[in-house]
Order: sequence, then structure tokens, then C-alpha cells
Amino acid sequence: MPKWFMPLALVTAVMFAASPFLIANADYEATMGLVQKIFYYHLPAAWIFLLSAIICGIASARYLFRGSPRHDRLAYAAAELTVLFGAIVLVTGPLWARKAWGVWWQWDVRLTASLMGWMVAWAYLLVRKYGGPGSDKLAAGLALFGMANVPFVYISVNYWRTIHPPTTVVPTLPVDMGAALWFAVACFLLLFVLLLRLRVHLEDQRAKLDSLYLSLDE
Amino acid sequence: MRAALLVILLLAAALGAPAVAAASTGFGVAGQQPDAQPPKPVDEFVPVSQLPPQDQLPAAPLLVSAYAFVWLALFGYVVSVGRRLSKVQREVERLESDIKRGTRA
Repeated sequence: MPKWFMPLALVTAVMFAASPFLIANADYEATMGLVQKIFYYHLPAAWIFLLSAIICGIASARYLFRGSPRHDRLAYAAAELTVLFGAIVLVTGPLWARKAWGVWWQWDVRLTASLMGWMVAWAYLLVRKYGGPGSDKLAAGLALFGMANVPFVYISVNYWRTIHPPTTVVPTLPVDMGAALWFAVACFLLLFVLLLRLRVHLEDQRAKLDSLYLSLDE
Repeated sequence: MRAALLVILLLAAALGAPAVAAASTGFGVAGQQPDAQPPKPVDEFVPVSQLPPQDQLPAAPLLVSAYAFVWLALFGYVVSVGRRLSKVQREVERLESDIKRGTRA
């Protein structure tokens, strides 16, 4: 592992421990009250979910067209993180919606497209695990669809009628709400970098193991 | 006379139809300018127990559940990757030592 990994992990852990204090000190939203505070982890997790799907798609494209195994390992790691952060988004969102909208789920474009993106990431992992020989390229093709879905998720709230808050909410946040949000975004971004590096390292070790077995057979 | 009556009826229908439609869908002139009407004065206090179910729902358990899920999911994932990594690294070390012993022999 690189030298920066452990210090950055320590900084991220401290920041995550501090984030609830900033979130607690941020003002209550006028109509939703306490439950709106789910937003401070929900939104950063959603951004990382989309970022991870994009990284998975770009790395898969590079693997498909250039055949680089390093990018395949990066795509595999990013797909797993897409599932992790997607699960966070899809659990925290309904918990917020239950109070704010009165329902756990609404089949609107933002929610449905997010669910689709998460299911594509799951499909990627399942194809990689059970697809047999050649499944890496099939999964890479799936990752391209997962990446193509990202713009739909992002712009859906601005173009289609939905009860989900639009993207214009974030720039209008008052200072204390904005500070709590951007601090949480920094926490999630650092955590994502660390988890991605750790997960890629696991794939590197697996590739090393495969080459060792091959050398033993020879 | 009949023709004149028919024309009047048709005109009335043509002019009245948008108004009827607006009234039935709630998009009339008053519906377009809801802020123009002052809010109605509260003439009774409603106990919180009589609110609709979604308004009665306490926010704290939902908030705690959301944050607990995030922390547990992240912690569980870190533990899972750590376990997988240590397993693979043990196997790599074992194979490397086997190969070294094989080349020495």
C-alpha cells in the first residue's frame, strides 16, 4: 500500500467522527425539520455512487478497447463501490421520504434511474462472479450502460416532473447547512479514494496469486 | 329563431367550457394565483394525534436508522475487504515460500 494511505485513513476517520457535530449544529429545514438531516449523508453518498459508476464505465471502456488488465481491476473495484454507495443512497432516501413525502418509494425518474444504475452494478458483479470465461468483457459492456445511466439520474429532477428536490437546492443552502454538506462530501470523497485504493490492491494481490499459480504449474 | 337559439347555446358552451374545465381541474384564475388569497384564520386547534399518519411519524428513529445504516454498511465493507485481503496475502506468502523452496531444491 502507498505511504499516504494510513495518514489519509486517519484523517478521514477523524473527519467522519466530527461530521455528526457539524450536521447537528446546522439549522433545521423549515418544512421537513429533523428528518432533513439525512440529506448530509444521502447526497454525498449519491454523488460518490454516480462518480463510482463513471469510473467503472471509463475503466471498462479502456479495458475493452485497449485490453489493459489494470483498468479491468479498477473497474471491478469501482463496481463494488457503486453497489456499496448505491445501497446507502437507496436505504437513506426512503427513510427520508417516509417522513417528507409520506411514502417509502415513488416510481419517479430520479429514483427509478438510481435503482437501475444500482442493479446494473449488481449485474456487473454477478456476471464477473458466475459468468465463467470471458465474463470480464461482458461485464465491461454492462459497465458502459451503467455509466450512460448517470446523466439521466443527475438531470432527471430538472427535466421531468418529480417530487425529488432539484439540483438547484445545493447552491442556495445557507452557510451552516452548506458547511455541513461540503464537509460530509469531503469525508465521503476521501473514504471513496481510500476504499477504491484498498479494493484495487486486493485485485492486484489476486492477480499476483494467479500468476504465482501459473508459475507453479509451469 | 331556432337557429339564433342554437348559436347562443353554442357560444355559451364555447365560452363556458374553459371555465368549467378550469373549475374542475383546479387551474382557474384563483388556482394560478394562490398567493393572492390571504391564508384562512385558524378557528380551531387540532391535536397532534389527529394529524394524518405521515405527519405523526416521529423523525428521530428514521434519522437514527439512516445514520446507523451508513456507519454499519461502511464498517462492514471495510471489514469484508480487510478479511479478503489478508486471506489472499497469506496465500501469496505461502506460494512464494513454496516457490523459493522449490527453486532451492
